[in-house]
Amino acid sequence: MIRDAFGATALALILAGPVAAQEQSIIVQSTTSTANSGLYDHLLPIFEEETGIQVNVVAVGTGQAIKNAENCDGDVLLVHAKPSEQAFVEAGFGTGRTDLMYNDFVIVGPEADPAGVGGMTDAQDALARIAEAGALFASRGDDSGTHKKEMSLWADTGVAPADGSGAWYRETGSGMGATLNAGIGMGAYVMTDRATWISFGNKQDYEIQVEGDEDLFNQYGVIPVNPETCPSVNIEAARTFADWLLSDDGQAAIGAYEVDGQQLFFPNAPES
Amino acid sequence: MQGMGEALSLALQMVWSGDADLLEIVLLSLRVSLSATLVALLIGLPLGALVAISRFRGRNLVLIVMNALMGLPPVVVGLVVYLHFSRSGPLGFLGLLYTPTAMIVAQTILIAPIVAALSRQVLEDLHAEYAEQFRSLGLSKVQSVQALLWDARYSLLTVGLAGFGRAVAEVGAVIIVGGNIDHLTRVMTTAIALETSKGDLSFALALGIILLVIALGVNAAVQSVRMSAARMSYV
Repeated sequence: MIRDAFGATALALILAGPVAAQEQSIIVQSTTSTANSGLYDHLLPIFEEETGIQVNVVAVGTGQAIKNAENCDGDVLLVHAKPSEQAFVEAGFGTGRTDLMYNDFVIVGPEADPAGVGGMTDAQDALARIAEAGALFASRGDDSGTHKKEMSLWADTGVAPADGSGAWYRETGSGMGATLNAGIGMGAYVMTDRATWISFGNKQDYEIQVEGDEDLFNQYGVIPVNPETCPSVNIEAARTFADWLLSDDGQAAIGAYEVDGQQLFFPNAPES
Repeated sequence: MQGMGEALSLALQMVWSGDADLLEIVLLSLRVSLSATLVALLIGLPLGALVAISRFRGRNLVLIVMNALMGLPPVVVGLVVYLHFSRSGPLGFLGLLYTPTAMIVAQTILIAPIVAALSRQVLEDLHAEYAEQFRSLGLSKVQSVQALLWDARYSLLTVGLAGFGRAVAEVGAVIIVGGNIDHLTRVMTTAIALETSKGDLSFALALGIILLVIALGVNAAVQSVRMSAARMSYV
């Protein structure tokens, strides 16, 4: 038995083959919107061409991405929940956080608009009206950046959505795309980042109902993981990637990415 | 089901055009799941055979546990493997997280109990017929196991297929330990999950159809080996 187990392990290693062909590679723990919207497919070939560094993206919710990075399972963190990102850096997991780009959140809903929020520009009023009308609302419920933002909006409305959990307030506990699929399936309002919405392929009769509130601003940040906390980090390549994203070239590449003629992310790195 | 026809034509189109990304994903799926099946057979068959011919105290308990482990939830297996292979975990120094090897390990853990439990049942039934004969020939335990495994080889192929089926179809474990990284750890099931979350349902379904066809192909290949081997043995 023991011989089998050893043989089996050896065999597994042989079958698994070489891990990565490139000499230099990094893992980016990322939010899903940047991956699902196709931004990385646009950016990474340019960066890899320039530097020869292969970038491997693990796209999960912001909460999980931060957790994974805290376990040292990534070289760069690219997410959108500023307070959590700052806490991550303060706890010694990151070398520093820089604003990278922004877009905004929108609330989408069915054409029939059962709560009558269409055209509203105050997100909190809109949420309060949805709750009042008892109209269905599908929440991420997964501690992601979008979920954190949604919870901060509810906090100011005076409505406790958890009271309606399972009734009108539906927490899917899954990613943005899965929540959109579920929300559209049940006719619920959903708060989503604009990039995911524009590139989403299963919109059916849904349209943007609420947009344009300053509170719906969605800032993305980039953080190289701290090699002092995580010795396995490829800090040189991580810095190269972060610096490139923040450079004029990287910022221009972000701004140039469009889906259906619409720009998805707006670069806003500080002038260097 | 308006998307079904569209998905089917999309699937045919992708296969016909020899889409390079698709081929890469298909090959990785096969590599990971076939490797896991092979390793699971190497672990599970001797284990199942040993339990099948042995009588010991607490055997019933072992059987219950073995059978229950067939229902291991993939996402839990993925999580446990992640915690071990994570850089902050006990095996983090191996640097295996987000590699095909980690995916093979996770799937092996998932299906080795299936192989062990099913082969135990098959071999125990066979052993009931042979026990008398083995005793009169004075076979040792190892020799008995070898004889049983050889005689039951065709039934055990089906056991292997059950394991492969479970491995190639699961998404919960490989998406956690593999990370669904493009050109590195993306397999059919994680690609399907990704396309679904992008709302590209017909593309996701097309990939699903291709996955089904691949599973069908693997089963057909094994079946034909089995049939031609059976024919040979009658000559």
